[in-house]
Formats: sequence, C-alpha cells, structure tokens
Amino acid sequence: MAKNKLLLSGNEAMGEAAIRAGCFFYAGYPITPQNELTSYMAKRMPQEKRVFIQAESEIAAINMVLGAAVTGKRTMTSSSSPGISLKQEGISYLAGCQLPAVIINVMRGGPGLGNIASSQSDYFQATRGGGHGDYFTPVLAPFSVQEAAELVMLSFDIADYYLTPTIVLADAIIGQMCEPLVLPKKSNFNKKIPPKKWALNWMDKEGKVVKSLFLKEGDLEKHNQRLQKKWQKIKKNEQRSSVYKTDDAKYIAIAYGSQARITLEAIEILRNKGIKIGLFRPISLWPYPVDMLQNITTNVKKIFVIEQSLGQMLEDVRLALPNKQIHFLGRAGGGVPTVSEIVKFIKKFI
Amino acid sequence: MGKNFLHPKSLKKVDTHYCPGCGHGIIHRIIAGIVDELGIREKTIAVTPVGCAVIAYDYWDFNCCEAPHGRGLAVATGIKRCLPQNIVFTYQGDGDLASIGIAETIHAANRAEAISCIFVNNGCYGMTGGQLAPTTLIGQKTITTPFGRDPNKGEGWPLKLTEILASLEGVCFAARTSLAGPKEILNTQTQIKKAFLAQIEKKKFSIVEVLSPCPTVWQKEPTKAIEFIQQEVIKTFPVGIIKEL
Amino acid sequence: MAEVIIEKDKCKGCQLCIFYCPTKKLVLSSKLNKKGIKFAKPLDNINCIGCGFCFTVCPDSCVEVYGKK
Repeated sequence: MAKNKLLLSGNEAMGEAAIRAGCFFYAGYPITPQNELTSYMAKRMPQEKRVFIQAESEIAAINMVLGAAVTGKRTMTSSSSPGISLKQEGISYLAGCQLPAVIINVMRGGPGLGNIASSQSDYFQATRGGGHGDYFTPVLAPFSVQEAAELVMLSFDIADYYLTPTIVLADAIIGQMCEPLVLPKKSNFNKKIPPKKWALNWMDKEGKVVKSLFLKEGDLEKHNQRLQKKWQKIKKNEQRSSVYKTDDAKYIAIAYGSQARITLEAIEILRNKGIKIGLFRPISLWPYPVDMLQNITTNVKKIFVIEQSLGQMLEDVRLALPNKQIHFLGRAGGGVPTVSEIVKFIKKFI
Repeated sequence: MGKNFLHPKSLKKVDTHYCPGCGHGIIHRIIAGIVDELGIREKTIAVTPVGCAVIAYDYWDFNCCEAPHGRGLAVATGIKRCLPQNIVFTYQGDGDLASIGIAETIHAANRAEAISCIFVNNGCYGMTGGQLAPTTLIGQKTITTPFGRDPNKGEGWPLKLTEILASLEGVCFAARTSLAGPKEILNTQTQIKKAFLAQIEKKKFSIVEVLSPCPTVWQKEPTKAIEFIQQEVIKTFPVGIIKEL
Repeated sequence: MAEVIIEKDKCKGCQLCIFYCPTKKLVLSSKLNKKGIKFAKPLDNINCIGCGFCFTVCPDSCVEVYGKK
C-alpha cells in the first residue's frame, strides 16, 4: 500500500490538492454540494499558516481571490452553479487583468435555485467565457476523486503559465463521493512557469498597475487581440482527453465527469454483447479536445453523446464532427442517465 | 527659512482628467504627500474604484490595482491578507462604497481588515452624469431625482455609512472631513494620516470620509461648490472624528 | 518672502487659489494656456507670506510654494 494513500471525498481531495499545489489564499461561501471543500480549507489552511476566509458572498470571495492573485500568490475559490453565476463578474476581471486563479464549480441542477443534485448544465457558462467580454477560461472536468485532485494541481500550473483564471468543472457526484487516492507531488504540466514580475508584492522604480480598463481608442482592441493569441495558444497546447476501447470501435460514446463513469459501465455491457463501442472522454472541456476526437472517429459510424444536461457539450461534438451521425441522450434538473438507459438508448440505433 | 510646499514624489507630474475644481485631485495629492512623509511608497498598494477616480493609478506613483465596481474592499482584503506588511488602502466614491459595495464594505470593516478606506463623498455619481447616490442630500436634484431627492417618494435618506462603520468592533478609526477651505483640507490630511497610522499600529480597519465638491454635476462654480459644502452638506454630514481607539 | 510658482499649462482655471489667497496676490491671467483656459498667476510675489493655501487648495497640483528667508 502506498504510504500516501488517502480516503477522501472529491471535495476534500480538491482542497488537499490545492494546498499541495501551493494555494496560499482561499475564499469561499457556503453552498451545497461543495461545502466539504470550504470546511476542509477552513481546517487545513490555518494549519499550513495560509489564509482562509469565509466571505460575505460569492462575489466578495472571487474579488478577494482577485486581490490575492495580484500579489502573485496562488489562490482559489470554489462554489456550485448559482454561486458560480455570481462569480462571473470577478472571472471576467481576472481574464481581463490576466491574473491566474483557480475556480472550482461542483455543478448542481439549474436554472435558478434548481436543486442540489448532480448536473452538467453549466457547460456553456464554463466553456464560453461566462462573464462579459471576449474571453475564454481553460476548463478541466474530473471523472474520479483521483483525477479531481490531479486536475486541481494541473489547473494551478495552467493558470500561472497562461495568466488566466482556470476552472475545474466537477459535478455533485464527483464532489460527494469518497474514493481512495494518491496525491501526486506535482502535476504533469511540462512547461516552465515564468516568474511573476507583474505582481504587486514588490515595487519597481515606478508604481505598477494591474487593470483591465483601456480607455484610449484602439487600446482595448489591441489588448483583446493579445488575449486572443493566448486563447489560441491554449487551444493548441492544452487539449486533454482519455479514450477507452476505441481502437476497433465502430461506435463511440462521448461523456465527461461523473457521466463518463456511468457510461463506461454501459460500454462494458455492450462490449459483452459483441458491440464494438468505445468511450471518448474529454478532460479539457475548453479547449475541447477536437484533434483527438477527429483522430479516433475516422472509421466510426455513429456517435452517442450522453450528458447530465439537455445538450450542451453536444454542440462542441457537432462542431468537431460535422459529417457524423450523432445521437444524444441527456437528462436535466438533477436527472442522471443510468447504465440501463444508456444501453437501451444505444441499442436502439445499432 | 520659510516652509516649502512641493509636489509630492508619489504623485506623477501629469495632467488629470478631472473637471476644474474637482476634489479628487486634492485628495490624490494629500494621499501622495502622506505616503512620502511616512516613507511607505515601496510598501503601499492602492485599490482604485470604478467612478471618476477609476484611473487614479495614472496619477499615483506607487503600486495600484483596479477593482470591479464596489468590490474594492474585497480586493484589498485579498491583497492585505497575502501581504500583511504592506500598506493597503482603497479609494472609493459614495456609489462604489455605500451603494453597490456596501456588503463588501461592512464585512471588511467587521472582520477588522487592516486596511484604510478613503471614502470620497460628493453626493452623486459623477462619472455617469450625476445620478442619485446613497449620500445625495434631501431635496438635491440629480438626473434620476429630477424633482429633488424625496424620502417620501421612496428615494431614501442620505446614508451615513461612516457612522454605521464606526459602530463596528473591527473599526479603530472613523472620521469625516471636508475639502471646504484650506483649514479643512489640512484637517483632511491629518485624519488620513491617522487612518494610515492606525492601519500600521492598530492593525484594524480605518475610514476617512471626505466631503468633496463636484462642481460639474452640482452645476456650481468651484468656489460656490465649496460654499455648498460649508452651508448645506455638513448639515447632513457633520465633520469630525467619529471614532478613535 | 516666499515665491509661488504656478505651472500654467496644468491649471484648469478653477480659481480656488485666487479665492483663498489671504493677501490677494493671485489673479486670473488674461492670456490662455495650452488648454485654452485663463490660468491663475501670481500678481506680485514680493509680499507673499508663504502660507501655502494656494498649494493646499489646488485640485490640479500645479502650484508650488518656496519659502524664502
């Protein structure tokens, strides 16, 4: 047995991973189903002589994170869907100011107050920027407690390297379930992170400014073009995905997060019945792993997209595979497509 | 040898975008002077607001950070908790501090964040053309209270935020000053310096509210705007030290 | 006696310095500065008492006062 093996919930594992990644400042606000993460940080951050604040609102929390990011320290906040909506103001400012920060969304059902069951209906919000302005944020979606921890560590590196807010898009099932895991020492990010010369923890000869306001004519357009170059670089470099039994597959199912785990079981059942089906699991939702998806589907006849929403990731699959036959199974409002539902659905088209 | 009155080092030698007679320039100069006097330029971080003073960082020559509208004290909290040895202050207007950011303001004060808040009260939203602010006087006309602010029409009363903040345990210094004349400006300088020292020594929240003229929105000549503060504004917002621990 | 120096091109002509000068030694120039504004200028420095009021009230930080023997 590995000495480092722990039994933690997804929420706790993401908290511990953040601490091991060097997160110095965490601010959060209570919301189900991510409360274990906030309370874990409340206990652990002071032990590490770091900062935990229960903020007065999600808006305050994300803006505290903005303040911490300005100092060059690693920083994180977490919430669930309605709370993430409130954080969009801060996320847009972080993107505009080019500040690194990690935001965890343990998704629940919406719209509005919705419910507290697992859902994947914040896909559009996460992958299309979410706040105002022309921007994107890298989005990573874990499908196990182990991967939740790994992706949190990775997201700190991506955030620091590209100077961008980075989102870990988990769902209530991933946040709540307990699994054994081994925390890695560091992420598998292989680029060298440059020193944060722009941070306000030291003063140059002249005062430095962190801002997203560009009033002079043409300046904001130039700034946006600089940002755009960055997004394009991320699009090229940071596509991540995982495949299962796709080598000989005639059919491919696509799912992410907790839905990928459920779909995996359905794949096994279908394989046992002699159906050549595999699973494509995007890990980065933005950038969408288009290259890999196109590679593995050259000889594939039919695609099945399965989501805990009424068809959000579906649009990215359609964009990536415009000439394929795509079938969609989705449930919303806390509904989760079950193994038998998936098996039944796929068999209908084979 | 007589006393010299010289341009502070921490204030850039550039033109400001402010209207003639605007109070922001005076307060900017006061703060820059105090930063020089206390020798804290390398350690000072300002959080600038949304409003007319949004580009205050173009005028101050020390580290500055922008904050979304009303979130100055949340941003400052993040900065100060990560860099407790630095001097962190927010510069906020009445709309920023007392309206959209009132939750962030009250909670930062209640947590006793060691931050100084410079609250510029001119009774209106200057940048957006002069709308009703929480601090607009009763009867005062703005473009969204064209008949004068009337509490009986659901437009509320002038909000005395500094008094509210002074009632909190986390606040060690709260004062209201004005820019209505040299003596009052020198007093503003004294009180802001006290707020900075309170941050350093008492490690709690400090606030100075400065009654400042907005000649453009008030549609008054600069000297008449000063008179308006002396004769009208201070009736609703009395100047003085409200709390000093 | 003290000397008042006004950076005329930074002046926005608000006249607060003129209003508050206790010895009434500041006036509005009849000429225009780069901004096209009539700027404040010292009338005559000989009797300036060096109180610094003009420096204190100037919103545009364009006044400096040098106290002399």
